[in-house]
Amino acid sequence: MQARRVVVTGLGAVTPLACGVAASWEKLKSSASGIRKIKHFDTEDLPSKVAGLVPSEENPDGSDNLFKQTNWVEPKDLKKMDRFVVYAMAAATQAVDDAGLLLDETANESEKERTGVLIAAGIGGLSTIYETAVAIHEQGCRRVSPFFIPASLINMPSGHVSIKYGFKGPNLSIVTACTSGSHAIGEGTRIIQRNAADVMVVGGTEAAVCKLGVAGFCALKALSTKFNDTPPEASRPWDEDRDGFVMGDGSGVLVLEELEHAKKRRAKIYAEIVGYGVSSDAYHITAPAENGDGAYRSMLSAIKDAEIDVKDLDYINAHGTSTPAGDTAELQAVMKVLGSESKSVCMSSTKSSTGHLLGAAGAVEAIFSIMSIQDNTVPPTLNLHRPPADLSIDLVPLVAKEKKVDIALSNSFGFGGTNSSLVFKKFK
Amino acid sequence: MTQDIAARVKQIVIEKLAVDASKVTESAKFEDDLGADSLDTADVAMKFEEEFSLEIPDDALVKIRTVGDAINFVKEHHRG
Repeated sequence: MQARRVVVTGLGAVTPLACGVAASWEKLKSSASGIRKIKHFDTEDLPSKVAGLVPSEENPDGSDNLFKQTNWVEPKDLKKMDRFVVYAMAAATQAVDDAGLLLDETANESEKERTGVLIAAGIGGLSTIYETAVAIHEQGCRRVSPFFIPASLINMPSGHVSIKYGFKGPNLSIVTACTSGSHAIGEGTRIIQRNAADVMVVGGTEAAVCKLGVAGFCALKALSTKFNDTPPEASRPWDEDRDGFVMGDGSGVLVLEELEHAKKRRAKIYAEIVGYGVSSDAYHITAPAENGDGAYRSMLSAIKDAEIDVKDLDYINAHGTSTPAGDTAELQAVMKVLGSESKSVCMSSTKSSTGHLLGAAGAVEAIFSIMSIQDNTVPPTLNLHRPPADLSIDLVPLVAKEKKVDIALSNSFGFGGTNSSLVFKKFK
Repeated sequence: MTQDIAARVKQIVIEKLAVDASKVTESAKFEDDLGADSLDTADVAMKFEEEFSLEIPDDALVKIRTVGDAINFVKEHHRG
């Protein structure tokens, strides 16, 4: 029996560049940066003071397109949600609307039961956990809100989306650090392929830029600290002067749909998901395996799943976080995968514009990969002034490039040595 | 002062449950009339505790069904 084909029929995003997929993509293509000085808490004793922040009243970017929580969530419900849930509600609402998926009361029950949600996060309600711990310390346990636990739980974005739309199929989440968003898309695809659902609303969300989150990653010496006065320069994948990643907040959500189901309702099809590969480093809790072995096997597995040749790849959206070790390992792995085909492939890291959205990164970057197919344009790697020597692959430094993109691969790797690669193909 | 307490209790209910002021009468039931579930009720009670420096034990909380019940409880127990 032929495998069920899975296509993408809806997109939604809230990123440090903008609220919305089209607005984020336009800014990405124009080499804009979403990385700014952190203003919503005191960074005095933190070595890293910049982050990719969703433009809002408290973290403005000079534009008039500011993210407003009450545009997406009823005011009375805001106290029940950490910021990472609100971002997911915004991205999911956009994606569901975009797909024209609204299942109102007239929709039949079986349609609802065949629609599921799988929105992942790497960390979850960290600022709510932090604030609640402070309240307990200062005022005692009676000051803990009844909404503390439901506001913080990682599976709550999926829960809220299923409640909002009446989706009664699978209701899941995934927690695999910075691979979460990518795994959510891959596993959501598998759920449809194995006929456990026809439609899956999948993605990732994160809002870990709070004092506790930044302090935690600073303690790991993982963050950039040399560019606090020039925030847009802080995330510089593969550049000689890179000194760590830049945290980012936001969410990306996709509507995945079984091909025949999508055709039947004449849905707009963005791309087909043709490959998904995963692997484990089995090496170290935070460092990548030598030579990027796990990344290599993850990409290879996705390419095999897609039944394509390496030479068919047009664009790779790299994990590329701007850490000294991680960027080198991924580049080694990619070169090993591509071999002599490397000259015809473009690879960029959009984290140079957005920062690292942790559990949302894989989902937002999958959306950018799909947009590269839609738009036949590859987004740039900002701040890449001094690339590695003897490079035979185009890392798309500084400015976007027009290029025919039929097949794009998106990489995500996470702490715990967990890897994922997705392959998207132009739908024909 | 007691008038003031009633107004303050109502204001908390209006804000916490995001309901229209006209709905918040003394006879309004939290669950049936104001759309609150058990978590919302617990959240409103927490705000009463903070605002009026009092403690609402669980067995007292289950007896507070209407806005009027809340006002009476606060009037009897408040310390601020």
